[in-house]
Amino acid sequence: MTTATPAAPLAPGRRVSPGTAARNVATLAWRNLVQIKHNPMELIDLSVQPIMFVLLFAYVFGPAIGGTVQDYLPVVIPGIIAQNALFATMTTGFGLNVDITKGVFDRLRSLPIARSAPLTGRMLADTVKQVWSMAVLLTVGFAIGFRIETSPLHLLAALLVLLAFTTLFAWAAVFIGLTAGEPEKVQIFGFTLIFPASFLSSAFVPISPQAPQALQFIMRNNPMTHLVEAVRGLTVGEQGGGPVLEHAVIALGWGVLIAAIFVPLSLRAFRRRI
Amino acid sequence: MTYAIQAEGLEKRFGGTRALAGVDLVARTGSVLGLLGPNGAGKTTTVRVLATLIRPDAGRALVGGYDVVADAHRVRGLIGLTGQYAGVDEMLTGTENLMMIGRLLGLSRRDARRRAVELLERFGLTDARDRAAKTYSGGMRRRLDLAASLVGRPQILFLDEPTTGLDPRSRGALWDLVRGLADDGVTVLLTTQYLEEADQLADDIVVIDHGRVIARGTPDELKAQVGGQVLEVRPVAESDCAAVARIVGELTGAAPETRDGLVSAPLSDPAVMPAVVRRLDDAGVPVGELSLRRPSLDEVFFALTGHHVDSAPAAEPEAAPAAAGG
Repeated sequence: MTTATPAAPLAPGRRVSPGTAARNVATLAWRNLVQIKHNPMELIDLSVQPIMFVLLFAYVFGPAIGGTVQDYLPVVIPGIIAQNALFATMTTGFGLNVDITKGVFDRLRSLPIARSAPLTGRMLADTVKQVWSMAVLLTVGFAIGFRIETSPLHLLAALLVLLAFTTLFAWAAVFIGLTAGEPEKVQIFGFTLIFPASFLSSAFVPISPQAPQALQFIMRNNPMTHLVEAVRGLTVGEQGGGPVLEHAVIALGWGVLIAAIFVPLSLRAFRRRI
Repeated sequence: MTYAIQAEGLEKRFGGTRALAGVDLVARTGSVLGLLGPNGAGKTTTVRVLATLIRPDAGRALVGGYDVVADAHRVRGLIGLTGQYAGVDEMLTGTENLMMIGRLLGLSRRDARRRAVELLERFGLTDARDRAAKTYSGGMRRRLDLAASLVGRPQILFLDEPTTGLDPRSRGALWDLVRGLADDGVTVLLTTQYLEEADQLADDIVVIDHGRVIARGTPDELKAQVGGQVLEVRPVAESDCAAVARIVGELTGAAPETRDGLVSAPLSDPAVMPAVVRRLDDAGVPVGELSLRRPSLDEVFFALTGHHVDSAPAAEPEAAPAAAGG
């Protein structure tokens, strides 16, 4: 067989160096963030929705559940932050699916870039978006009377636990994103899972002893409950929800389990497409 | 002679569907190779293998001299790909789309911008450069997609049905762009279901059907392969068609077809032509048009596969990228 062509202008080596890979990830993260400029709806999604949730829960449900708005804030703000983190995972799956169905994914995979960059870049961008939402949530919370009762270090720890949890849980969303036929299905599937998952927890109301035994069991062992209790403990201090560290470890343990299941499934689904 | 693309015995299966059943093809460096076939024939799958997006189950392929499986990363450095579904980020502007590719290819921010400006100009998208691609028309999107595949100055370009769904004017404009690239020395592999497109653009054509190559050659060779030529006679008065058909039938020994005042019949011996002229003259039939032409590619395809391109059964995985691997 004859070899045809002289060296390419951008002749790459056999593989990608770590430096190049990092630049690829940064470029693709930029791409996912700069989109917001042309899609103001996403900014609304990232900012107005968290604000709305905080105000609705605090002022509509607050007095009924916590007695006063002020008493309810330490319960509900960490709850909404955790729920928001869970929703953020769906963004990852949704965006991935859009890329696949629109052909962008193929274009990226035909370029001499790090194989992992399209996914890593997206996850990085989604992390930035999530931090933004959290900042909005905390600011609104602060404006209506929510206070961090612990320390900035504890707050940082809460943030890290949340991000670790989302990164691990995002693999379930990645799997859905890789296998769903169209983006709308990712959304429907996501909402159908996340709504019960977040409401069957202690995110918005303490687990009532009057609830049916089975329900109490589910609520107590829901990974969301552990995540919320960990975030609550790290932001407003332990409120009788049990030791923070234990909750954090259990929540992340669930995350590891989810990742252990969905990373291989996702890789398999990915190879199927190939 | 050097080959930019060489494939041997490519096979690929998606579940129970055999998308490729042993495809061999070569593209000479700097030529345009047309991959012609109906929907589901395996065109897209072939392109996806050659563009390193999927691995073949069997067979091997060299692109730019590198193996598409073992040296995939190097192949990616040489190729550009424009898929059947425009792979542009609709949320980004034209400039941002091209800059993203430039940055991913290792260009500096400034060089990436310069290259983007240059390509947008060349593809007539300068006015639309700061608008999100979701506002673009189908033709503009295709042009942006093609521009995106050219950011890295590829030596080998894969165009998967580049004009499907475009109006005739946009199609013509895209053809000109492809011709320009070929003139620049880029090797182009183009898939199409339009015979006219392959005839217009390709130096060589590979016809595939059901995952197999069923014919190959230059457009002229393919037409010759079907054999013979077609004699067409249009009498001035349509009422003379019957008389013309009788004479043509006698001399060619074939059953002539009369449609819209045009009598046509396959012809194996061109020497019959003068005889036809004499007999028509003797019979006093005024002739408006008389020609000898080669069969169209559609007739070629019909002769090779037993079905017309347009009536080919639409099937199988290459219908959409979202389906089992496209």
